[in-house]
Amino acid sequence: MAKISVQFTLNGSERAEFVESGTTLLAALRDKMDDTSPKGGCHQGACGACTVMIDGELRLSCLTLAETCNGAQIRTTAGLANGEVLHPLQRAFEDAFAAQCGFCTPGMIMAAAALLERNPNPDRADVVEAISGNVCRCTGYEPIIQAVLLAARANSTSAA
Amino acid sequence: MKLSKNYFADERTDDFTEIGQPRPRSDIRGHVTGRTAYFADRTFPGLLHLKMVRSPHHHARIRGIDTSEAEKHPGVARIITAKDVPQNLYTILILIHVGPEDEHVLAEDKVRWKGEAVVAVLAETARAAEEAAAKVKVDYEVLPAVLSIEDALKPDAPIVNEHHGRNYYLYDSGECRKVRFGDVEKGFAQADHILEESYSSGPIEHAPLETSGCIVTPEANGRFTCYTNTQAMFFTLDNASIILQMPGHKLHMVGGTVGGGFGGKVDVTIEPVAILAAKLTGRPVSFIYSREEEMQVSSPRAAERIVIKDGVMKDGRIVARQVTAYIDAGAYSRHSPYGAQKSAAHFPGPYTISNVAIDSYCVYTNRTPSSAMRGFGVTIGDFALEVQTDKLARLIGMDPLEFRFINAYRDGDMKAHRQPTEGAALIECMQEASVIAGWPVSERFMKMSSRTREG
Repeated sequence: MAKISVQFTLNGSERAEFVESGTTLLAALRDKMDDTSPKGGCHQGACGACTVMIDGELRLSCLTLAETCNGAQIRTTAGLANGEVLHPLQRAFEDAFAAQCGFCTPGMIMAAAALLERNPNPDRADVVEAISGNVCRCTGYEPIIQAVLLAARANSTSAA
Repeated sequence: MKLSKNYFADERTDDFTEIGQPRPRSDIRGHVTGRTAYFADRTFPGLLHLKMVRSPHHHARIRGIDTSEAEKHPGVARIITAKDVPQNLYTILILIHVGPEDEHVLAEDKVRWKGEAVVAVLAETARAAEEAAAKVKVDYEVLPAVLSIEDALKPDAPIVNEHHGRNYYLYDSGECRKVRFGDVEKGFAQADHILEESYSSGPIEHAPLETSGCIVTPEANGRFTCYTNTQAMFFTLDNASIILQMPGHKLHMVGGTVGGGFGGKVDVTIEPVAILAAKLTGRPVSFIYSREEEMQVSSPRAAERIVIKDGVMKDGRIVARQVTAYIDAGAYSRHSPYGAQKSAAHFPGPYTISNVAIDSYCVYTNRTPSSAMRGFGVTIGDFALEVQTDKLARLIGMDPLEFRFINAYRDGDMKAHRQPTEGAALIECMQEASVIAGWPVSERFMKMSSRTREG
């Protein structure tokens, strides 16, 4: 099968790879670009573990073809920290015990990051809505909701 | 977190440095940065993908398997059937002498549940493996299936699993695991009231977010490295060694962070066939359950049917308990004979009852084999027992919490399965719960202690 080229920006770095037509963005990131932070939990758009941001919008990378991402800005949880300095959401997930097995965490954090970028002061209902596409089976949703609210408060405190 | 330090104070020196202190998880940094390594977070050049052809029938005889069309499919590297497996018949708990072997790695003459593994297809891509698997032709003669505990125990029921020869597991104590303590008939005769109730449950799937799987690489030194998300590394190593007739030192099992397990990853249904595939092809092999397989093929918590008959006195004492329990193992034993055994010991609950008779059956049906899941063998039983306890309290017009104080086990009490009670703290837990929940009980229960039978 003929391979096609895909080129996009991944967490600020220019990336280019050849993939087979029909390759999902999830497979391209994990198998070709060494970013295994998005996880494949269902490969059918049901669990949210593969959630990434494409041009600032939340997307399921298991349902997105890599070839449709040419020229896009793609962000994943692997790119959230600034060197050793964690993103406020990452810090809050640590402090609020919001990750047990960790498999849903990268997708969960991307969903939360997208929320905080469009709404820096969410209420509980906003958080619940924002993570409604992400399944967690170990931690339970309550610590995750608390972590997102904690990160939002930390942001507003540091901004003030 | 609040620690109640008034209980058992004389048994402790209060020099805790860790208990009661919040501590960050050791693995949390990897989780929040996406750097935690799960078994599937690796790729190898030349990786083959394994797709399983599974039985579409609950019960059928295999008349023939034709893989010729599948072999011709572009990208197919190898097809594996039962005859390729060195020791195809196995059972997981043979390691602790819970036999007989009753399950095939790949089906030989029969399939006994819908979803049973029949043929493994290896191809260059997951898609090619899936397409080729669809071209494997299996000629089935469909047989009558047994789909419920009740049907399995009918005298003329079809035999689900010939290795057992009957539709229940044969324990050394007979057709069920039995517990006998005191004289249950005498207990019923002296009881003021008798209450008999039935409880039943369906199978429950663990649904971990990370599906079960492994990646195997053949090494230059003749060993095989198996990256797996099993929860039972040594069960997997030893059973793979038996199935593959390969000494354990040839098998390098590498575990790691498991993306949710809950007991659903303790069976050995993935690694042996993947290691065999790597051996037969000389190439790395990935065998990862699809979400559909995880939901429909991985073993669930067993369905159970529990009948509890209790004799109770007007003053609140349970004086007799008879339990007949049926645990649906599905088509194969896996961990269910052990689960049913555990249930038998557990059915008196955390209560001291002087006359007990328990029969726990491990029943075979043509359903998905059930196995371990968080407290299997006791969790559904606990639901039944505590609902029953509430009903008993209501029957004699007593507060359900006070009723539990009256029957709670205490240090020194002999349990029905002849283990003396040690280190009990049920009374103290209920005293705390009474305060926290704002559900007051009479003063005499607040003065009780697990340490003494007085009061």
